[in-house]
Amino acid sequence: MNGHDHDILTKVLTAGLRTPVPPALTEEEQWHLEGLQLKRVDRPLIFVGTGSCGQIAGAGETLHAVNAYLQLPGIDAAVEETGCKGYCSMEPMLDIQLPGKARLSFGHVTAGDVPEILDAVLNRTVPENLLLGQYPQDGLENWARVPLVKDLRFFRLQQRHLMERCGMINPRKIEQTLATGGYSAFLKTIFTYRPAQVCDIIDAAGLLGRGGSAFPAGQKWKSAFNTAGNDKYLVCNADDADPGGAISRVLLESDPHLVIEGLAIAAYACGASRAFITISERCGQAINRMQEALLQAAGFGLWGNNIFGSGFDLLISLKITPGAFICGEETALISSLEGKRGMPRFRPPYPTQKGFLGNPTVVNNIETLANVPGIMKHGPAWFKSTGTATSPGTKLVSLYGRTMNTGLVEVPMGITYRDIIYSIGEGIRDQKQLKAIHLGGPMGAFTGISGLDTPLELDSSRDMAEGIGSGSMLVLDEDQCLVDVTRHFMDFLRDESCGKCIPCREGIRQMSLILGSITGKPGKEGAHETLERFKGAMQIEGLGAVIRSTSLCGLGRNAPNTVLSAMKLFREEIEEHIFDRHCKAGICIHLRTFIIDTEKCTGCSACAKKCPAAAIIGSPTQAHFIIASKCTGCGICFETCKFGAISML
Amino acid sequence: MMINIEVNHKQIQARHGETILSALRRNGIDVPTLCHLEELTPTGACRICAVEIEGRQELVTSCSQPVEEWMKIQTHSPRVLEARKTLIELILANHPGDCLYCQKNGNCELQRLAWSLNIRERRFHQNTLPSRIDQSSPALVFEPAKCILCGRCVRICGEVIGVTALEFIYRGQHTAVATTGNKALNLSCCITCGQCIQVCPTAALREKDQTTEIQQVLHNKAVFPVIHYSPALPVSIAETLGFKPGRDMQKHLHAILRNMGFRKVFDTSFAIDFLVNEQIELFLKRLKAKSGLPLISSCCPAWVKHAEQSLPDLLPLLAPLRSPQQIMGRLVKKYLSDQFRLQPHQVISCSLTPCTAKKFEAQREEMMENGTADVDYVITTRELIRLINLNGIDVRRQEEDVPDPPFASGSAAARLYSSTGGVAEAFARALYYKLEGKEMSSPKINKLRSSKETKVFSFTAGGREFGVAAIQSFNSLLPLLEEIKSGKKHIQFIEVMACPGGCVNGGGQALNDDREAWSQRMKTIYELDERDPVRVSAKNPGLLAYYKSTQTEPGSREAASLCQAVFRERKVL
Repeated sequence: MNGHDHDILTKVLTAGLRTPVPPALTEEEQWHLEGLQLKRVDRPLIFVGTGSCGQIAGAGETLHAVNAYLQLPGIDAAVEETGCKGYCSMEPMLDIQLPGKARLSFGHVTAGDVPEILDAVLNRTVPENLLLGQYPQDGLENWARVPLVKDLRFFRLQQRHLMERCGMINPRKIEQTLATGGYSAFLKTIFTYRPAQVCDIIDAAGLLGRGGSAFPAGQKWKSAFNTAGNDKYLVCNADDADPGGAISRVLLESDPHLVIEGLAIAAYACGASRAFITISERCGQAINRMQEALLQAAGFGLWGNNIFGSGFDLLISLKITPGAFICGEETALISSLEGKRGMPRFRPPYPTQKGFLGNPTVVNNIETLANVPGIMKHGPAWFKSTGTATSPGTKLVSLYGRTMNTGLVEVPMGITYRDIIYSIGEGIRDQKQLKAIHLGGPMGAFTGISGLDTPLELDSSRDMAEGIGSGSMLVLDEDQCLVDVTRHFMDFLRDESCGKCIPCREGIRQMSLILGSITGKPGKEGAHETLERFKGAMQIEGLGAVIRSTSLCGLGRNAPNTVLSAMKLFREEIEEHIFDRHCKAGICIHLRTFIIDTEKCTGCSACAKKCPAAAIIGSPTQAHFIIASKCTGCGICFETCKFGAISML
Repeated sequence: MMINIEVNHKQIQARHGETILSALRRNGIDVPTLCHLEELTPTGACRICAVEIEGRQELVTSCSQPVEEWMKIQTHSPRVLEARKTLIELILANHPGDCLYCQKNGNCELQRLAWSLNIRERRFHQNTLPSRIDQSSPALVFEPAKCILCGRCVRICGEVIGVTALEFIYRGQHTAVATTGNKALNLSCCITCGQCIQVCPTAALREKDQTTEIQQVLHNKAVFPVIHYSPALPVSIAETLGFKPGRDMQKHLHAILRNMGFRKVFDTSFAIDFLVNEQIELFLKRLKAKSGLPLISSCCPAWVKHAEQSLPDLLPLLAPLRSPQQIMGRLVKKYLSDQFRLQPHQVISCSLTPCTAKKFEAQREEMMENGTADVDYVITTRELIRLINLNGIDVRRQEEDVPDPPFASGSAAARLYSSTGGVAEAFARALYYKLEGKEMSSPKINKLRSSKETKVFSFTAGGREFGVAAIQSFNSLLPLLEEIKSGKKHIQFIEVMACPGGCVNGGGQALNDDREAWSQRMKTIYELDERDPVRVSAKNPGLLAYYKSTQTEPGSREAASLCQAVFRERKVL
């Protein structure tokens, strides 16, 4: 950022905050600001989404191709890296903005597509291929016959408050954030309100914690604010521990300043002068972007001592954590911040009374904090105008699994699961039928087709087993085996439990052993093992109840949710595994049986050569046979046979 | 302030701010616990003490939840009992279950819980994860397979002893208690004090048992087995043998040991008096040279190991003297080989002590002479009980007996060595006697017998002001030294012992639910002190006779060579 930008942005930020009112922007300055806001571009600007999801899809190569194209003689254009729009299934994404024209967006842009698209657009034609739509803006001319991006099915039902800037601006340039309104809410807050008033505003807005437990954020802050103590701490948990969860990653990579702003307001409200942001070491790009953002924000004086002369001090530290699932639990997170083992503590005392090093500490989820600037800017009434009466606002949902569209979506509370899957997700891939959805990550639960019209809501009084939890939505189609998914989640929790209390450590282990025996190989089973399997299956519900009622922390208490909900919804399928030793979906490999049709078998021996268990015998040119007791169910023979002679029962 | 709470449909009184568990226990309602220990921070790890509180969805652990006025509690409802039973069953599914072969058989808290919760079948499939037994320590055995991760050892090692040799490692089903870097115990900073054994509810941590070897030795005609016992022993075995806790069993003990087959039975108190005299000589030398003060005691081998590992800068302050056990070992071998024309290696010198660290000390390199160890076997109180049972000795029918000369007598001061503050008390008495030529007018020093963290006693002798101190835990040592350095406190001698309460609560003592047993032992020692006519080490008649017969005196070269020790920095993880 140059000095000129700095001056203009300082004027924009402090407008109306101090007396005497700073001079208004001159015409030249206003013109320059529009450039920073990306409203006005002097020459074609090409945006490539290089968030880590884009990178995985090949955005690095796309960017490379764009840079190569810009080297061509006679091309006068610039490139800008942006974050992620949340449309993961469309990555890599590329946008182009020509002077005076609306911004165009393309999806699935590989390196090979780049010259074609750029050739066309720079010559003011719009290629049909790969086009997604355009973003209209005041003062810019729309392209003819190009749909609006917000009318796309993926975006139509979304309401983007938190993700407004995600994928639109370059997160590595603070001036773009500042020019588009970043940090104005923070400065307004510290110059206009006292901390208690901020708590009241957030309380009035009814902001519920987004991390899973849905505790009212304003009350949490108040509790810390009202606890005596000079050193108070705020911790932003910015770690997506759920497999499949992408909320923190997208926010950190695409709009890190929104997080810092929310964090700063929250720290002010609860009287904290130290704040931590914890990011898992696995999220390399998120760490880099946040580091850069923190440096730039500090350079602008947005955190540090005596922020903008307000008298408010705030020191922010970025903590890179090993990313243990258990550290999503606030007391475990605090313990790990203290340099100890990440193990939950019993409560009371609550962290807001006795947390980090014995001081009052507020732990907030990143999404909760990202909601704060909007509320402070537009007021609680604006926030409550979205969503439902009991849970206002929007919710970020990681939509993954078998839907056509996947990614991170921001939906108003109250939207039905059906709308998310069939409208935003555009239904199930390959014309399959929906079987179930699994909400809330490993500690969440299944919802069957009958529950599709449930509105998405957060409710602290409701069991975590029934809600969206931390915001993961896994969509399963008819080809998936529920027992297998359940076992997968139980194995995950078995390894991610902190190991402190007996019900969680031993109970989950036992649960996964029971599920393992249900999906285990029947061929090797003696009478004793059969008895153990039946005994185990009979224990599931009772064991689940004990784990739920005696575990120390939320991880243990919610661990049996998946199993118990599967028992409720898909009892038949589980019983089929137990009694018939059969997996209808053919996912549980130990329960698969393959046979060779002797009519069709030509005796080519290809399957026998590839069988890793040497379970196929037969003489060349004669029909082959599978020895069932040796077969591991891997299915390699099935894939190898060119004559369709092998089939799965 | 008292509040009323409702428990099992009855009103009981609870103190404001106390935990539910403490209120229940005071009112005679027994809720089982596993990870809970009075002196340690509650962690709520085992969940066994869970109770039902009306209006709460989940069960609440009574060890961590403070009482509140509105609470209506159910301690033994079907839901609570089912939960407790399931928790123990879950532990058992991951436990070797070889109870009949286990060192803790009959003494195991897990076994007792399984029994009292009426567990009669394996509901969950037994599936234990593989683990190996750590035999590397000379004093302790650690068998992770039997560990139920209650964390008592971790907490006592870190919070009470101040060593932190054990910690939790890994996550989920692989969670384990281990030393730094999951290395063997002998490479760790473990000081072998054995307090972890005292608190371990199962046999995951136990002493290295040597009863089988002892039994062999006792029946080997080619050797001459002798035993010397620590003064803490006679007061430490009563409750396990069916007598009143803390009863003095000294005279029975002599008979027991002799009947077992030991050819000679000596009293280690003799060596303690010997050590005290040497310590006084050393102290006066340092006082004259005005260096190496405050003198720090070195009679506790666990403390010495800790100093060598973690506080090497303090080593010059430690008295470079062996522990009484090692002095005794050398005296015994020397005496017996002279008297009975035996080779030193033919004399099998056994030490009977309430301490596991002495097992470590006995095998230190410098505790040998010409390739023969001064002490061959160290038997803890627990092993003695096992030997008594093994040899079918009916304790109630033992004739009273006396130890063998010449190491048969000890002063009352020597006996005080077994309880905290006693080392300092014996030192003060001896120093006063040395400088004044007479005993203190009131040799009972109450200031060194309190339960305070740091105990200090000042007195005047030979026209000079002296101060002695005793500390309860390592954590108090550095602050105390700081105060001495800055001149806030005038102290020239500091007693340090690893175990809280001293040897009466040693790591080798009989395992006992009753944590009060050791205060009974302490009480007996103080009573014996009142009755004993010899209350200062220098007046020990046996010792005086020894000096006369060997033509030596305290501080002489011969005497010093018997108890010289060298402490060096020890590198551990």
